[in-house]
Amino acid sequence: MNQRYELNKNLAQMLKGGVIMDVVSVDQAVIAEKSGAVAVMALERVPADIRRQGGVARMSDPGLIKEIKSAVSIPVMAKVRIGHFVEAQILEAIGIDYIDESEVLTPADEMFHIDKTSFRIPFVCGARNLGEALRRIGEGASMIRTKGEAGTGNVVEAVRHMRTIMSEIRRLQVMPREELMTAAKEMGAPYHLVEFAAENGRLPVVNFAAGGIATPADAALMMQLGCDGIFVGSGIFKSSNPEKRAQAIVKATTYFNDPEILADVSENLGEPMHGLEIDRLDKEERFADRGW
Amino acid sequence: MKRVGVLALQGSVQEHMEKLERIDGVTPVSVKSQKDLVGVERLIIPGGESTAIGKLLRDFDMIVPLAGMIRDGMPVWGTCAGMIILAKRIENSPTVHLNVMDITVKRNAYGSQLDSFVTEGRISEVSHSNIPLVFIRAPYITRIGEGVDVMLEVDGKIVATRQKNMIATSFHPELTDSLDFHRYFCSF
Repeated sequence: MNQRYELNKNLAQMLKGGVIMDVVSVDQAVIAEKSGAVAVMALERVPADIRRQGGVARMSDPGLIKEIKSAVSIPVMAKVRIGHFVEAQILEAIGIDYIDESEVLTPADEMFHIDKTSFRIPFVCGARNLGEALRRIGEGASMIRTKGEAGTGNVVEAVRHMRTIMSEIRRLQVMPREELMTAAKEMGAPYHLVEFAAENGRLPVVNFAAGGIATPADAALMMQLGCDGIFVGSGIFKSSNPEKRAQAIVKATTYFNDPEILADVSENLGEPMHGLEIDRLDKEERFADRGW
Repeated sequence: MKRVGVLALQGSVQEHMEKLERIDGVTPVSVKSQKDLVGVERLIIPGGESTAIGKLLRDFDMIVPLAGMIRDGMPVWGTCAGMIILAKRIENSPTVHLNVMDITVKRNAYGSQLDSFVTEGRISEVSHSNIPLVFIRAPYITRIGEGVDVMLEVDGKIVATRQKNMIATSFHPELTDSLDFHRYFCSF
């Protein structure tokens, strides 16, 4: 198990500096791969459509996921509902590369997340703050992403979550040792993982940004804030020119520190996805609040 | 000081840089563009996704200068995706990238992430004892051309080769605690 967990963390390391794109069809998956995506997230509906159409959002049809898997050579990820360990068993059985236990789908359990240590397949989970990230890692997640607010095209929540995680890590780093246990208690995080973050100044797994990234500038912003890579959900295939936007976001993620390249790739991309103001969302419409 | 570059477009860049920082007489250099290549004496092409790295190499016009430096003798080492970037032939793919090393590579040759594994092996020119070998959705080599030496096989598959100034490994020494392979690359 321990060795398997290391291998699963290692796969996330291979994705660093890259962009993982939501796709709902084989055609989109092929466009994503050609545009330089490092992985695709196979879905039936992107978060913007889940948000608009409502209803219960579940794991995608395994048939669709298998078709996408056979069409591309990059890793394929898929989402399961929070706590729905049987959906996870199904995805493990079809041999995908990564499972996202995701707040974007309707939670199946209002108390507990999946025990990810009982799986061989790796999991990525969302987090809004350090305590939540370390709880998910404690349960066996081998990669973390910010939750942001998926399907809004509004980066403000992703920024809030990344800044929160980073500043909470920095606070741990300057704490004297005797304060760490109380910090662990207050943030509801396993003590040994709090110790790790305090000593190393980072999470013990790769940390991507997700939820509301719609432009190359958004991607570069998140990279400059210190994340390891980018998830783009609705932002690509809900825009007017997905292929061009996908390529531009890939370039912006690699050259996040080069404003001239960022200016160049941001030109003439066409309409971005239509965004939502998060303050105007009802509480039940906020995906980020799901997860415990 | 030797300036050893790490191609920093995507993937396990930081892991390679941290290894190089621990080797005496080596200055690690992050290489993101043509101009970063100036003065680089050796180059590591890291693990990652070869389609993404290859596309960025093309989009930012690095294929020709980089392939030229390698043909002129600059030592280069590709790990995993880096092996695919160096290869002259990739199974089931019309696209090749740097097209410099006379090997045929099979991508994701072991299967999905569930088939990723770790084992040990010894390469006599690299170390006296076994080193850990980490394979992540790894490729292996199905054919080698003339002048290519097999450095290591695992279960009958070729996973490390050398051709003059070029080395390719299916596995990732940058993900282990061993410095042996990085030391070897910096001095061979």
